[in-house]
Amino acid sequence: MSIFDDAKQAAQGLVQAGMAKAVALAPDSWVPGGKPDPLIRQRHGAIGKPVSRLDGALKVSGKATFAAEFPVEAMTYAAMVYSTIAKGRITQITVSEAETAPGVVVVMTHRNAPRLNPPPAFLSESKAAAGDSLPVMQDERIYWNGQPVAVVLAETQEQADHAASLIRVGYEAEEAQTTFEAAREQGTQQSRFMGQPLHDEVGDAQDAFAKAPHKIDATYTTPRHNHNPIELHGVTLYWRGDGSLRVHDAQQVVAHTAYTLARTFGIDEKQVVVTSPYVGGGFGSKTLWQHQILAAAAARLAKRPVRMVLSREGVYRVVGGRSPTEQRVQLAATDEGRLTAILHRGLTVRTAHNVIAEPFILATRSLYGAETFLLDVHHVDFDMLGNTFMRAPGEAVGTFALESAMDELAHELGIDPIELRIRNEPEKDPISGLPYSSRNVVEAWRSGAERFGWERRNPVPGTVRDGGWLVGMGCATATYPYHRMPGGAARITLSADGRATLDLAAHEMGMGTSTAQTQVAADRLGLPMEAITFNYGDSTLPGLIMAGGSQQTASIGASVIAAYNKLVGELLKLAGNDSPLAGLKTEEVGSRDGGLCALDEPDRFETYASILARAQRDTISVEAEPPMPLETMHWSMHSYGAMFAEVRVNAVTGEPRVSRFLGSFDCGRILNSKTAASQFRGGIIMGLGLALMEETQFDERKGRVLNPSLSEYHVPVHMDVPEIEVMWTDIPDPHAPMGARGIGEIGITGTGAAIANAVYNATGRRVRDLPITLDKLL
Amino acid sequence: MSITINGKAVDPPEDPRVSLLDLLRDHLALPGAKMGCNQGACGACTVLVDGERVLSCLTLAAQMEGRSVTTIEGIGSPDVLAPLQQAFVEHDGFQCGYCTPGQICSALAMVEELRRGVPSHVTGDVSSEAIAFSSEELRERMSGNLCRCGAYNGIIDAITATCRETAE
Ligand code: FES
Ligand code: FES
Repeated sequence: MSIFDDAKQAAQGLVQAGMAKAVALAPDSWVPGGKPDPLIRQRHGAIGKPVSRLDGALKVSGKATFAAEFPVEAMTYAAMVYSTIAKGRITQITVSEAETAPGVVVVMTHRNAPRLNPPPAFLSESKAAAGDSLPVMQDERIYWNGQPVAVVLAETQEQADHAASLIRVGYEAEEAQTTFEAAREQGTQQSRFMGQPLHDEVGDAQDAFAKAPHKIDATYTTPRHNHNPIELHGVTLYWRGDGSLRVHDAQQVVAHTAYTLARTFGIDEKQVVVTSPYVGGGFGSKTLWQHQILAAAAARLAKRPVRMVLSREGVYRVVGGRSPTEQRVQLAATDEGRLTAILHRGLTVRTAHNVIAEPFILATRSLYGAETFLLDVHHVDFDMLGNTFMRAPGEAVGTFALESAMDELAHELGIDPIELRIRNEPEKDPISGLPYSSRNVVEAWRSGAERFGWERRNPVPGTVRDGGWLVGMGCATATYPYHRMPGGAARITLSADGRATLDLAAHEMGMGTSTAQTQVAADRLGLPMEAITFNYGDSTLPGLIMAGGSQQTASIGASVIAAYNKLVGELLKLAGNDSPLAGLKTEEVGSRDGGLCALDEPDRFETYASILARAQRDTISVEAEPPMPLETMHWSMHSYGAMFAEVRVNAVTGEPRVSRFLGSFDCGRILNSKTAASQFRGGIIMGLGLALMEETQFDERKGRVLNPSLSEYHVPVHMDVPEIEVMWTDIPDPHAPMGARGIGEIGITGTGAAIANAVYNATGRRVRDLPITLDKLL
Repeated sequence: MSITINGKAVDPPEDPRVSLLDLLRDHLALPGAKMGCNQGACGACTVLVDGERVLSCLTLAAQMEGRSVTTIEGIGSPDVLAPLQQAFVEHDGFQCGYCTPGQICSALAMVEELRRGVPSHVTGDVSSEAIAFSSEELRERMSGNLCRCGAYNGIIDAITATCRETAE
């Protein structure tokens, strides 16, 4: 990163810090969420009901069309060749055999690729979506082991795959930075998250640590991870006669991707249309990587549509994953178990070509009321594929370290680990000083402990045996912040026949968004769910709405509230003086039974149909943007969970199995109890993988991923997963739209530590290096 | 000889390299069978061949001459779902839905295997005729079908609710 960029980021940081202070001190009513969303009070609508997924019938019958399944005339199929060195240059590339192979349409290398601008890297500006900012097949330079060096288009996939195997590439390798130790020696850099340094100090933590009667000082390490959605990254795209680009993609950022593709190809943003109605899982990975850019470039060369589906190995070569971390946690406490210091510092890995560092201290910032803090993330730069965010970036691995250390401290003090956490419950956010918007983690702990049967746990490790198995219980806190990114927008169209359409450039990757948001819209508009059409997954729709950071629900919620308020205002104008609603202000009006009513006098009511008929209108359509997300600078807003694991470790082989798991959550109001339960379980299962099996093996000598397949990268399978119980407080957050905070990522947080702590309870072995494989327990 | 796919006769592809999965997805516009790895590791491509579950990515289309292939499209349609499909919706046995056709095809054949008394790794008494319809048996037998969304609990619930009687 250049000095200029550093200065710019620092200045941004200062402006943000100044504004943050002003927002923190502002009266509640000036801040979005200052007046609770009226839907929070309404308890008899569709919200919260266990509604089955509206797209369920399509998905179970194979009729939901994914990106690589859109039929297009004259399609070509793509295959790629990937570099086998980490850094250097291509000295020679022989494509003649491939070019003359049967069915081949085009072979593209840096020598004939169209000239492209480097794509802006994700988070480097508000609409950027690319995994890194490197030029895409523009010259002979190699930046990572696995970088695409050639693309073949052919009439069939078999022909493309075969032709790609005929391409010969010669390289001149240069020394690459691919080892932790060598990179560390060259110096580490301060990491940032959203422009702000990942560094916090409160009081003199070093001094407090030195003086404390009880302390823990331990280092935890977590490996690389890959998202591994079962749907391979695939795209179907073509150029139209007017120079516009049509992209059927698997996306969690459609608008960002349209913008970034336009920038890369030097065309207007409106000339790129990206749609993504169904996505076969994303978890942070379904953004913009080189394959979509290369597919579009090759389509331009061939003047034909292109379908590019990465092989599973290709996904590991082209789509980045979570970076490894090395985290040192120091905790200091009084005899009563009050924390006097939390120090959480460490190192992660990045490329020099993106702005993403695994922010593993985020959870530590607000979880416990210690007197002093010293938190810091530094990184080293590797010559590797751009790393990226994966489900709960920061929190997933950060809570493994912090919550393992809390368990170690509880043991050292002889205090029950739940009790230790409750004793350190803060009054207000210990670092920002902000009040919590809604924090009921103690209730989650108490109700979860009771349901799980925590009192049956024997606190002495290694003492409970069931036949050949050692049995243990462990727990940990889960947490994930409420985010809402700027840029949301929504359009609502109401028609005289009593139907409403909502249009937002939002996403459905299996979170249940389209179903839950239809429930919300039905309640907000006072219509039955059948009368609502929720359109999403299309870059031409309003809003810049990322399905990430568990922020989509809040972003959609706030956008729809803004559009709804505008709609009510317009309807009141149309209603005029002859309406029973005459004289009412927007904020005095709500919806019920297909019309508007006075909130205080529900009998003052007129149907939408009647209002539109009097105004001689068939439809009314409004679009609006929500206010800036200042609520997160006014309140400390987080979701919480209390996680409980029971494990069984084979006394002979060391094999660890999770036999029971319970997650007790405090995430605000739950919008759909059926799909929410699945979200929680899905996160917990990925956390189980993080704890026991997942690891992307990176060959430090070559900078190459060694296990780029689902047979070598182990994800949890049916047999690994017991029945997982989930429960929740359902206490609405008065300052969040619908009272709901995000639920997509919290399940993977705390889970790793709960399982590691249970393994300790079962065996007396403290494993601080993930994953906890049987060799570490022998 | 032709291949029967969902009851219809189809010519085998000219290119002998074409897998059954690519035949379905690229040549016949039957994208219900999904591709998650193309190397036998995920189960997303599972279809039924003469009633047995098969990984279509590891099966050459040419081998299917004279055989009868059933894909998810042949099991039920959105308007007329098969009972197991309906149960997947009811029990939320999926999130993104990408592994789902494979899970459903696999489960249908798996239940038949149970009924026929084919033992698995977790079957205690391999000589007994009837195998207990337990969660452990189901989880063991379904372990070749990965679900990264983690809908495993819902999948087992859906299979249990629908297939318990057929199996026993
Ligand atoms: S696609 Fe056949 S097993 Fe994965
Ligand atoms: S539902 Fe997404 S992979 Fe199973």
